[in-house]
Amino acid sequence: MALEDYKGVYIFAQQVDNKLDNIAFELLGKARDLANDLGGVEVAAVLLGSGIKDLADELAEYGADKVIVVDDARLETYRTEPYAQALAGVINEFKPEIMLVGATAIGRDLGPTVSARVATGLTADCTSLDIGQFPLNAEPDKAKQNQLLMTRPAFGGNTIATIACPDNRPQMATVRPGVMQKIEPKKGAKAEVVEFNPGFQENDRYVEILEVVKDVAKTVDISEAKILVSGGRGVGSPENFKLLEDLADAIGGTVSCSRAVVDNGWKPKDLQVGQTGKTVRPNVYFAIGISGAIQHVAGMEESDIIIAINKDETAPIFEVADYGIVGDLNKIVPLLTDAIKAQMAS
Amino acid sequence: MKIVVCIKQVPDTAGGVQFNPDGTLNRAAMLTIMNPDDKAGLEAALRIKDADPDNVEVTALTMGLPKADDVLREAMAMGADKGVLITDRVLGGADTWATSSTIAAGLRNIDYDLIITGRQAIDGDTAQVGPQIAEHLGLPVISYAEDIKLEDGYVTVKRQYEDRYHMLKAKLPCLITALAELNEPRYMSPGGIFDAYDEKEVTVWGRNDLKDLDDANIGLAGSPTKIAKASDKVRKGAGETVNLDPKESVDYIMGKLLEKHVI
Repeated sequence: MALEDYKGVYIFAQQVDNKLDNIAFELLGKARDLANDLGGVEVAAVLLGSGIKDLADELAEYGADKVIVVDDARLETYRTEPYAQALAGVINEFKPEIMLVGATAIGRDLGPTVSARVATGLTADCTSLDIGQFPLNAEPDKAKQNQLLMTRPAFGGNTIATIACPDNRPQMATVRPGVMQKIEPKKGAKAEVVEFNPGFQENDRYVEILEVVKDVAKTVDISEAKILVSGGRGVGSPENFKLLEDLADAIGGTVSCSRAVVDNGWKPKDLQVGQTGKTVRPNVYFAIGISGAIQHVAGMEESDIIIAINKDETAPIFEVADYGIVGDLNKIVPLLTDAIKAQMAS
Repeated sequence: MKIVVCIKQVPDTAGGVQFNPDGTLNRAAMLTIMNPDDKAGLEAALRIKDADPDNVEVTALTMGLPKADDVLREAMAMGADKGVLITDRVLGGADTWATSSTIAAGLRNIDYDLIITGRQAIDGDTAQVGPQIAEHLGLPVISYAEDIKLEDGYVTVKRQYEDRYHMLKAKLPCLITALAELNEPRYMSPGGIFDAYDEKEVTVWGRNDLKDLDDANIGLAGSPTKIAKASDKVRKGAGETVNLDPKESVDYIMGKLLEKHVI
């Protein structure tokens, strides 16, 4: 089959516990831009799960023209093999030119499995997607047009690479959560809903789920926060995070943290900002007692305003901060909390 | 029980990064380490061996330049029984598809009950090679392992997600990708270092030792993804930094928050 016979921009609409993940809406927002740049091709969401048909309308409101539903009891809880059979089945049947998957703990397992199964390339953890020609600098008649150009950081955020997949379809990417913009939902929008049966084959690759344990501490999604009060090793102890929580409460923000804090067991992994945590771009990012390792900066440098407080004036965080304060967080943070409370009350 | 751990020698990105004058990464000037997730995977395998030393054999396997021999010696000094190095000029420039195709072909030369890889390497951060090896070999895969337990033909794994974990049970043989959080890897022992260089062997395989591997799936030419452009990340410049007493510091921050209409 010729490459140009592959049509449309498809996204994997991740749901957990029959609730759509934000990444599904973010991918739809980007898919719409790409579809427009390709001359108005179709945007389709692939919805896999059990008892999930009702979610199709929500995907339509966020921009899906079509929703392909595989509704099967085997898909109730995420497992690599039945999900891979379903998504690979959809790709082989519908032949999209682009397939986007969230770079989540599910997508970073499903994406590589499916890309290998359908024998195409996959670019990990993309932070920017565009349509253009490949090679970039060739004469237009000597280049392939309408290619997906996938940009991602590498080497711990030290370099940035743009990657194409010129000879295989679909062009597949996993996309970092919190980076793409979702559209304003169009209430009452409807999509064409197509139910699809991939013909599941149960085999030894089906793992058994013995137990699902939810982390009850999880309450917030830091990638959605407008103001983040982020703490690092310099905060000193889990108890001392109270200072940051008070500041967050006063200013209407959310507490997040660096990798060191998670490694020390002070805070759960879902609050971690950085290369191996989440990418955030709030309006204001307070970096408190965070030295600013490259891996951390890669996850927060797109923040609108960065305010860093650190006692070490040589800390690399000051190289990315808009406003850097050299000083003792134990003294400054409580005073700042009081000042904000006083300001809010006036 | 035969366990193969796939490891990678990576530049130590955490220890500072060196650039060439043309802006590309100066790999030669950078220290290399065993990739942290892989090292945790190796430690997990060695703990299984510790519990039953006579019946468990641990092989460390890597693909890379000839100097990746070093990382295999390190693995053997920690306690791995054997090392396998896949190295050949024609394998260079491979993306994750070509890398996983090549490593899978190497694994077909070896008996295994369990394959452990790291979740991701700190140079590429893709997390793709482990699951793709499993796909090429037709094995069950469990990614993001926080805990691994073996029992009679099965493995149970604590599989991490953002807000939860699953306890999963898979039939052997299977492939697991390990998180650095899995454990604290041991240090090399002096006796282990001696053995690694004098007693234990590294098997070296080139392209022609890998059967059942199509030339269309190896190296740069066999990589479906192509680099269109690579550059240093353009960073936002530093803003202003002040060094004031605590009260003045707070006044300074409040001034900025008001000026920017945050409060």
